[in-house]
Amino acid sequence: MATGSISVTESPVVLYALRRADDALILGHRLSEWCGHGPMLEEDMALANTGLDLIGQARELYTYAAKVEGAGHDEDKLAYLRDVLQYRNLLLVEQPNGDFAKTIARQFFYSAFADPYWRAMMQSRDETFAAIAAKSEKESAYHLRHTSEWMIRLGDGTAESHRRAQEAVDDLWAFTGELFHKDESDAGLIASGAVIDPETIRARWTETVSAVLDEAQLKKPASDWMQKGGRTGSHSEHLGHLLSEMQTLQRSYPGATW
Amino acid sequence: MVNRAGTRDLRQAAWDAAAEVVDPEIPVLTIADLGVLRDVIVTDAGVEVAITPTYSGCPAMNMIALEIELALERQGIRNPKVKTVLSPAWTTDWMSEEGRRKLKDYGIAPPIAGSGRRALFGDQRVSCPQCGSADTEVLSEFGSTSCKALWRCRSCREPFDYFKCH
Repeated sequence: MATGSISVTESPVVLYALRRADDALILGHRLSEWCGHGPMLEEDMALANTGLDLIGQARELYTYAAKVEGAGHDEDKLAYLRDVLQYRNLLLVEQPNGDFAKTIARQFFYSAFADPYWRAMMQSRDETFAAIAAKSEKESAYHLRHTSEWMIRLGDGTAESHRRAQEAVDDLWAFTGELFHKDESDAGLIASGAVIDPETIRARWTETVSAVLDEAQLKKPASDWMQKGGRTGSHSEHLGHLLSEMQTLQRSYPGATW
Repeated sequence: MVNRAGTRDLRQAAWDAAAEVVDPEIPVLTIADLGVLRDVIVTDAGVEVAITPTYSGCPAMNMIALEIELALERQGIRNPKVKTVLSPAWTTDWMSEEGRRKLKDYGIAPPIAGSGRRALFGDQRVSCPQCGSADTEVLSEFGSTSCKALWRCRSCREPFDYFKCH
């Protein structure tokens, strides 16, 4: 018997936590798809470890969203029992893994944001967000360093690795604008100091990305047209496929546990 | 209702029992050595043990929580609760000197405080836990668990785990 989706009341804090939780879960799930398929053993472990950090962050954020909503949901229900239109993650993180260069570029663009983002969020007036940020910041710093090094190795490597890295940057570029998304739901939280205004870290993101791409001999795409939609539930076709695989067990056997 | 002295004895007994629980991935280290054990709270409702994760996704946490419950039950403390606290965030600085020594004896290089987190291709200096040589190199930034990286000694040629500074 298949089980239906839950309905979530998205107050500003709940929506804010869900958006970040969905980013971390979907990106973590994407990385888990590499498990056993990495280009070498060390990278197989690195991708799985990074995925594990992200899924850990997602669990804390979902748990907080469920607590604030107070409707009897928990981290598992929020992850497994919302359908694609209810997911609030960035389009960037749901993009398919592609080749190793694409996975690294996707992680690099995300981590270049996540690292200064979590560091800034450690000053949040919301003590749960501040606590989650303090853990996530350390992990994000490691992810950013690891993926920056790989961007440079690939971009400044062989003709083939350079071609693939540039293709990955070009393909993903239009999804990076959404990293700085904010809307009316966030306005009150920004005003009260519970969350940061993403514009305050835009310069830092641009600086990190420019410096690494330069060193990697990669070109920053000229177009500044950006695709949006994930934050409001308008996703690419890829997310539905990901969710159908990730949720199949809980949908088919509701409440199944180990 | 327990009196003050009773509360103190109970808290100490619970702490001592919990402090014996080891990390399932690094069985020479107890959760007290690691700094994962944060607090024991005794109330009328019972005993609650507070632990903090090393990494957000550390899969050992569930196992550690279960082991704590079992350890307390064995001391006759009924229905203990284990709660996870996130703040303040765990840091390798909390690892005891005893813990660092045990780690090294076990063949894992202990974390080095202040090692650079952001420098690309950064030069960290980690001594080989086997032969003590400082002539070592990183093989993989990520190792067999979230908290470790894989290194190799250029002197004795042995690979070894390094407990990442965090």
